[in-house]
Amino acid sequence: MQVKDQNFKPLVVSFCCNWCSYAGADLAGSSRLEYPAEVKIIRIPCSCRVDPLFVLRAFQRGADGVIINGCHPGDCHYTSGNYFTRRRMTLLFSMLDYLGIERERTRLEWVSAAEGARFAKVMNEFVGKLHEMGANKRLGDIRCKE
Amino acid sequence: MRQKAHELLSSGAVGAVLAWEKGELPYDTSPAVFRDAEALDKMVYNGFCGSNLSKYLIEQGKQDEKVLVFLKPCDTYSLNQLLSENRVAREKLHIIGIGCKGKLDVEKLRTQGIKGITGIEENETLKIQTLYGDHELPREDVLLEKCLSCKGKDHKVYDELIGEDLSADTEQGDKYAKVAELEGQTPAERFAFWRGELSKCIRCNACRNTCPSCTCLKCVFDNAHSGVAAKVNATEFEENMFHIIRAFHVAGRCSDCGECSRVCPQGIPIHLLNRKFIKDISGFYGEFQAGETAELNSPLLCYDLEDAEPNIISKREGDN
Ligand code: SF4
Ligand code: SF4
Ligand code: SF4
Ligand code: FES
Repeated sequence: MQVKDQNFKPLVVSFCCNWCSYAGADLAGSSRLEYPAEVKIIRIPCSCRVDPLFVLRAFQRGADGVIINGCHPGDCHYTSGNYFTRRRMTLLFSMLDYLGIERERTRLEWVSAAEGARFAKVMNEFVGKLHEMGANKRLGDIRCKE
Repeated sequence: MRQKAHELLSSGAVGAVLAWEKGELPYDTSPAVFRDAEALDKMVYNGFCGSNLSKYLIEQGKQDEKVLVFLKPCDTYSLNQLLSENRVAREKLHIIGIGCKGKLDVEKLRTQGIKGITGIEENETLKIQTLYGDHELPREDVLLEKCLSCKGKDHKVYDELIGEDLSADTEQGDKYAKVAELEGQTPAERFAFWRGELSKCIRCNACRNTCPSCTCLKCVFDNAHSGVAAKVNATEFEENMFHIIRAFHVAGRCSDCGECSRVCPQGIPIHLLNRKFIKDISGFYGEFQAGETAELNSPLLCYDLEDAEPNIISKREGDN
C-alpha cells in the first residue's frame, strides 16, 4: 500500500481561456474565494489553443494534474473553438487512460466569467482528488524532478 | 502488369512507373520508380509487396509528368486520404488497381524457424526452399498483421483494374480485439504493457516516415524548438510523448493501413495506438473510416452540439 504523504501538495496546471474562465478565476480572486495556491493558471486565447503537447509538457515538468477551462458550449468567443477542444480532449484523455495514466489527472471544465464561485469549487475538488491519488509518477520526467 | 507498364511508359502516356522492385533475396522487394522501359524486367509483384506506395506519390507528384502507380485495395484508402488533403494531384496519376491475396510477413517465417530462404512458390500453401531443406505451410499462418483485418477487396480509387482475381480474400478478423483486451485490463496492467513495448523504441522515426498520413512538410519532431525533437528518447516520458503525439496527429486521418507497425524494426505494435483512436472516434462520433472517399471529412475537423463531455473518461468504471 502506498503511504500517504500528509504534506503532499499537488501541483496543478490550469489552462484558462482568456474570455471566460480567466475572468472567472479573476472573479474568484477578487471575491476572496479560496482555492489552493498550487493551482498555476496559464492564460490562453481560447480553450482550443491547447495542443495535446501542452498537456504532456505540463506533466513532464512536474504537474500532478492538468485542467483545461473554457467558455460554456455555445459561448466561445470564437464561436466554435470549444467544440473542437471537446472532441480533441475526449480523445486525448481516453488515450492517456489507455496507456495506463490515471484518468483523474486530466479534466476539462466550462467556467464562465460570472462563475468565480464555480471556478474555486472546481479547483478545490480537482486538487482534493489529486491529493487522494498522490504524486504523478507515471507521466513525469525524472530529469525535471528537483 | 509489366506489359501494361511497358505499354504506357514506352508510349509516353506516363513519365514514370511506381511499383516494386526485386531485391537480392526472394523475399526482398522495395518500392521503386521506373523511368526506362528496359528496367521494367526488375519489377515484381508477389506476396512480399506489402509496402504501401501511396506516400511516394507526394515526391513523385512534384515532377511535371504523369505517374503510373499500382495499388492494392488497402493502399487506395491512403491515397484517398492524400487526395482529400490535396497532397497529391489526381490528374497526375494513372492508378491501376491490382489484386491481393494477403501479404506475407518474413518475420513470421523467421519465428517459425524458416531461415536461409532461396525460393518460394506461392499458393494457398506456401512451398519454401531454404538452404536447410524445404518447408510447406499454409499462407494464412504467416500473413502480415494488417492483412488479418483486411478492409476488403474493393479499390476505392482507380483508373483501371487488372488481374483475373482481384479479391483480397483474407479472413476479416476483429481489428479491435487487442484494443478491447487492453481496455479490459486495469490501468496498472496497461501501463506495464505499454512501458514494455514503448521502451523498445529507438526513435528511428520509421513509423512516421512511412505513414501515408504523416505528410507535414515540417514535422514537429524535426523542429528543434519544439522541445520534442530529441533524436533518441532520453527518458520514459519522451517515449510516451512521442507515441501519443504521433498517434494523435494522425487521429481521424489514419486509414489503419498498418504500415507503422510493419516497418518498426523493434516490432512495437504501434497500430494499437491508432486503432484506439479509430475505435474511440467511431464510438463517440459515429462509424468512421479514413480514406473511404476523397472528401475531407475528418471527425476532428467538425463537431456536433451534442458531443460527449471529456469527463466521461474520468468517470469510467474501475480503479486508476
Ligand atoms: S518505427 Fe518503431 S522503433 Fe522506430 S520510432 Fe517508430 S516505434 Fe520507435
Ligand atoms: S498511423 Fe500507421 S496505420 Fe495509420 S495511416 Fe499511418 S502508417 Fe497507416
Ligand atoms: S508526426 Fe505529426 S507533425 Fe510529424 S509528420 Fe506526422 S502528423 Fe506531421
Ligand atoms: S474563447 Fe473561451 S473557449 Fe473559445
